[in-house]
Amino acid sequence: MKAVISVVGEDKVGILATVSGECAKAKINILDVSQTIVNGVFTMTMIVEMTNEDYTLSQFAEHMEKIGKQRGLVIRVMHQDIFKSMYEI
Amino acid sequence: MQTDDIQRTIRMIDEECLDIRTITMGISLLDCIDTDIHASCRKIEEKICTKAKDLVSVGEEISHTYGIPVVNKRISVTPISMLVAASGGDPVEYAVTLEKCARRLGVNFIGGYSALVQKGYAAGDRELIDSIPEALARTQHVCASVNVGSTKAGINMDAVRQMGEIVVESALKTKDDNCMGPAKLVVFCNAVEDNPFMAGAFHGTGEADCVINVGVSGPGVVRAVLAKADKNLPMDTIADLIKRTAFKITRMGQLVGSVASQKLGVPFGIVDLSLAPTPAVGDSVAHILEEMGLETCGAYGTTACLAMLNDAVKKGGVMATSNVGGLSGAFIPVSEDAGMIRAAEEGVLTMEKLEAMTAVCSVGLDMIIIPGSTKPEIISGIIADEAAIGMVNSKTTAVRVIPAIGKDVGDTLDFGGLLGGGPVMPVNQTKNDVMIHRGGRIPAPIQALKN
Repeated sequence: MKAVISVVGEDKVGILATVSGECAKAKINILDVSQTIVNGVFTMTMIVEMTNEDYTLSQFAEHMEKIGKQRGLVIRVMHQDIFKSMYEI
Repeated sequence: MQTDDIQRTIRMIDEECLDIRTITMGISLLDCIDTDIHASCRKIEEKICTKAKDLVSVGEEISHTYGIPVVNKRISVTPISMLVAASGGDPVEYAVTLEKCARRLGVNFIGGYSALVQKGYAAGDRELIDSIPEALARTQHVCASVNVGSTKAGINMDAVRQMGEIVVESALKTKDDNCMGPAKLVVFCNAVEDNPFMAGAFHGTGEADCVINVGVSGPGVVRAVLAKADKNLPMDTIADLIKRTAFKITRMGQLVGSVASQKLGVPFGIVDLSLAPTPAVGDSVAHILEEMGLETCGAYGTTACLAMLNDAVKKGGVMATSNVGGLSGAFIPVSEDAGMIRAAEEGVLTMEKLEAMTAVCSVGLDMIIIPGSTKPEIISGIIADEAAIGMVNSKTTAVRVIPAIGKDVGDTLDFGGLLGGGPVMPVNQTKNDVMIHRGGRIPAPIQALKN
């Protein structure tokens, strides 16, 4: 199952490292990353593949939200179908 | 997948209040009917608590997995008057049973304390309607509705007269609880059988045993799109923007509905395309109309804007889902819409304007707080006029007015939560007793020679 990780917050050192580190810990494979920085606001969108069946998307989403809060970032993990259904027929 | 699209969706959820307003499970209670009311109630509780045992947890799971809030989980059931017909006894017992189920399952509302009397009263109907004030006073989650007219049957004026009294009695019985009773009571003309929205949801007899219906929402998203649009754009271009937005919102509903139906093992019924406002900032239908170029909702031009909005929402939504149903359109509940509340407070939005708006919106006069001294006959008159609009135009109309006991124009009433609150609105109190007390039926209108 593919999921989208979106990160928004003030740009600082180590955001990408934190998120990708957490993915590695959870055995989640990163497929695609894109990031932009506009006026110091960091926005990253990551597409990942979740294969670990013991770890559900909602558990990972909750964990990442906590990690984000600790670092002053808004991190969300969402099932990719929500975007697919909205923009593809 | 485009990064822009992903960020746009997240913005809709975070900033523009996009959400799934409700996942409503419709459950037929026809197989629970028993001649003994206690046995009937026992079977109901067993069936509802079995069918819907995972409804709340699945709703929460979808919310977490897809990152979209699922605000309400609700249940609608077969009109209870049909069960009363066979079992007899005190109908309130059914309301108490439904309340027990709602609490056990953790759902937000349970609808179906209803009777369909558009052409006349059958066994159980009068008893159920008589018991509505007591049932609503003794429960928190149970919603009641009565269908008093239809395009095919005409209007049952005896029921119209009775409902005026029931609304007032219901307010009196709950006067210490902000007159909450009538906020959970809808009087319909042309009620639909698969509506997922409260307070008017019930599970029609033509429906399958158990289905999942979904109601989406998103006035904030439509408003945000219109706010960004050039003020010189012609109306047809605005309609197009609304259509495109409605399409996206509805796709979300379709996804959530199909996932919920799969997880619960229950067939997917319909997506209701309604734009349902909440009192939250930025979640208002009135503000959409104002974005189209009206200073305040209620100004001349409001009905035209609402007609276009209602139609564009349907056109956009229809292609986005395999099964459209319910009420599908734009709701205009006054106390639940920040823009409507302000317009009513300013005196720009009046009962008369709202009545005109109901001729083109998805339902009717909804969540309107009226003076507590309003006579039952006046409320019956409001119901009769609304029902006539629905009957002649082959559309659903409804009345949900709340007489604020002990309050008058200039006061406010606050329900809290999604039901909101607002000013007591002035009502034309000219006598209509003779007409209302005539009773009988208004015959069904002719369906040809349409002018």
